[in-house]
Amino acid sequence: MTRQMTGAEMVVQALKDQGVDTVFGYPGGAVLPIYDAIFQQNDIRHILVRHEQGAVHAAEGYARSTGKVGVALVTSGPGATNAVTGLTDALLDSIPIIVLSGQVPTFMIGSDAFQEADTVGITRPCTKHNWLVKDTKTLSGTLHQAFHVAKSGRPGPVLVDIPKDVQFASADYTAPKSANTSNYQPQLKGDIDEITALVELMENAKRPVFYTGGGVINSGPAASQLLRELVEATGFPITSTLMGLGAYPASGTKWLGMLGMHGLYEANMAMHGCDLMINIGARFDDRITGLISAFSPKSKKAHIDIDPSSINKVIKTDIPIVGDVAHVLEDMLKVWKARGRKTNKEGLAKWWTQIEQWRAKDCLAFKQDGPTIRPQYALQRLEELTKGMDRYITTEVGQHQMWAAQYLNFEDPNRFMTSGGLGTMGYGFPASIGVQMAHPDSLVVNVAGEASWLMNMQEMGTAVQFRLPVKQFILNNERLGMVRQWQELLHGERYSHSWSEALPDFVKLAEAFGAKGILCSDPKDLDDAIMEMINHDGPVIFDCLVEKHENCFPMIPSGKPHNEMLLGEASTQGAIEAGGAVLV
Amino acid sequence: MAALKIKKGSTSHSAYNLRPNFSDVQERHTLAVLVDNEPGVLARVIGLFAGRGYNIESLTVAEVDHTGHTSRITIVTTGTPQVIEQIKAQLGRIVPVHEVHDLTVEGPSVERELCLFKVAGEGDKRLEALRLADIFRASVVDTTLDSFVFELTGAPEKIDAFAELMRPLGLVEVARTGVAALSRGAE
Ligand SMILES: Cc1ncc(C[n+]2csc(CCOP(=O)(O)OP(=O)(O)O)c2C)c(N)n1
Ligand SMILES: [Mg+2]
Repeated sequence: MTRQMTGAEMVVQALKDQGVDTVFGYPGGAVLPIYDAIFQQNDIRHILVRHEQGAVHAAEGYARSTGKVGVALVTSGPGATNAVTGLTDALLDSIPIIVLSGQVPTFMIGSDAFQEADTVGITRPCTKHNWLVKDTKTLSGTLHQAFHVAKSGRPGPVLVDIPKDVQFASADYTAPKSANTSNYQPQLKGDIDEITALVELMENAKRPVFYTGGGVINSGPAASQLLRELVEATGFPITSTLMGLGAYPASGTKWLGMLGMHGLYEANMAMHGCDLMINIGARFDDRITGLISAFSPKSKKAHIDIDPSSINKVIKTDIPIVGDVAHVLEDMLKVWKARGRKTNKEGLAKWWTQIEQWRAKDCLAFKQDGPTIRPQYALQRLEELTKGMDRYITTEVGQHQMWAAQYLNFEDPNRFMTSGGLGTMGYGFPASIGVQMAHPDSLVVNVAGEASWLMNMQEMGTAVQFRLPVKQFILNNERLGMVRQWQELLHGERYSHSWSEALPDFVKLAEAFGAKGILCSDPKDLDDAIMEMINHDGPVIFDCLVEKHENCFPMIPSGKPHNEMLLGEASTQGAIEAGGAVLV
Repeated sequence: MAALKIKKGSTSHSAYNLRPNFSDVQERHTLAVLVDNEPGVLARVIGLFAGRGYNIESLTVAEVDHTGHTSRITIVTTGTPQVIEQIKAQLGRIVPVHEVHDLTVEGPSVERELCLFKVAGEGDKRLEALRLADIFRASVVDTTLDSFVFELTGAPEKIDAFAELMRPLGLVEVARTGVAALSRGAE
């Protein structure tokens, strides 16, 4: 049975049929018919953001914390161009979202009409795929296909551009079942010969390490479960990228902590010294590898990735396995068990002794002395006071982001939302709104820097309007801290434009929006202040005044290998050479 | 280095072929890319090459299956073996791309280009141009008292050679279609 409806009604129907319950959006002339259709139904909640960038990051937060596809709705022209940063962010971090954009009517396309932009042209390089729908007959099919592409294979953002006349016209609605999705079916199962070759290496490896990434989380809860089983069964140490935190619990005994530019000493040293590196759903990003020619020189490398283009892109792989993490891990476990559950016990024991020596450096140690709150201390207390709670963390971008990754512990996947690949300041606040929408009863904290937070602070209106009790935990160093750190280390301490001047009074700002503001500057008051934030039933801006010149360590300077980490202030003198300064 | 054939929908494809050969040697490869003939697909392919800094030496595209609406894009590119593998893998990610074939490594193939040459001249030069065209089996598709337009089909090297010969004889203008290529044999 087919049903006739308008294009605008099709949009709403397709969203319902795809299981969408929340849309983040902002209206305008070119999407008025869709807004009219939204008005006349009650199944889909629409969250009115205050800027389209906020809508896209909120959809990302929603998607990352649920594993579902996030949806944003924007108007043509400026609405669509405001969505570009969010799309690019989702592309680099492989987050499944759909942006629906209005477009001028088909008969006006190309005439430089009011609020016309070449949206599919602008967003072609920052989406996994996009469509301009020119005929209502193909609209519902395209929408279902868009969902399919967003979530299949390596997930990513897609955009469907819908001209206004297509929204008004009527046609038959295509149900999801009848939509054509057959020509995009990425490979899920890994090659069994390669998997067996990897298991063989695992049986003999003296110094193995699992290097995991966001792909484990994107693969779904089963992948994290299988990963845990594999790690416990083999006893191999495991580290993870920023994007993969929580797939293996931070409390797990095999956990080395995060790796990379600001990763833990033991994690980076293990990567450097291993003889078998098993990359599961990570992509050898430059924040991870450091100097490529000196990257883990003595190891055989296996790489499990659903995207063939990730394999051999930067690092030569000995065992490439194209497939979905959960599928491959399941087969790996099967083969390993069938061959007698062998590992090199003697080698492993020595390896762990070595790792314990690295661990003993206690690279995250810091002293909370004096009257000023150290940012590390603020996060340590936040961790301590929220441990065990049903908690979700988002972050902005900068030093606070790295400290959050270092000092907060993640026990489960989908609990940590941060902008990894693009490093988008302004991501965290709207993302926290998206997370809170999906998890209304959970504690959602955005660990922010004052500069990043200002980039999307207009979303306070959204938080207050929709009674979203998101906690904005701002580590206020009155500095673009990460920029300042680089200027200190690389540019002769010439602090060009890296401090936050004319900051607002955050408490008054919260109050101006009808929310609660808390100021804390004394370490002695911190615990009470954090508890006050947690216990307040509503959005809070927490202005935590911290040490202004703290640097984030450990740090692998750009252009250096993993074993040349800076561990603290004393080690920074002359550590970064001119060659490293051209890198970012 | 072995061929990487990324075929959407296949589950039997072994990534074994992804094994790289991290050499610095620049290689010239001819790729055949089968795509849905939908708006923007060529822009996606070209945008990929531009955005990631890959070379395009030649590019041709036309719909080859009018009922299935599939087009064949033939791209001649150069790069190190690692870059060539990346190009193929990146092409394979594009949603409307169905198949990527590296004709250079998948076995023997034929490459042809069609070319038009305008040659202007009088006297001996004109006679010599006509005589060489005959040797190359180029045909005359337009003539005036002091010019010819020759049509020549052949492998790119043959076309290059003919162009070199015509230059001193009054070559005015050249139009080339770019390379079309197919693998040899029944498959
Ligand atoms: C949109 C955007 N612009 C610029 C940058 C470059 N950048 C990276 S970190 C940083 C400073 C962030 O300052 P703040 O949010 O206060 O965090 P802090 O480092 O002080 O913790 C800047 C400017 C960026 N990542 N994103
Ligand atoms: Mg700051």
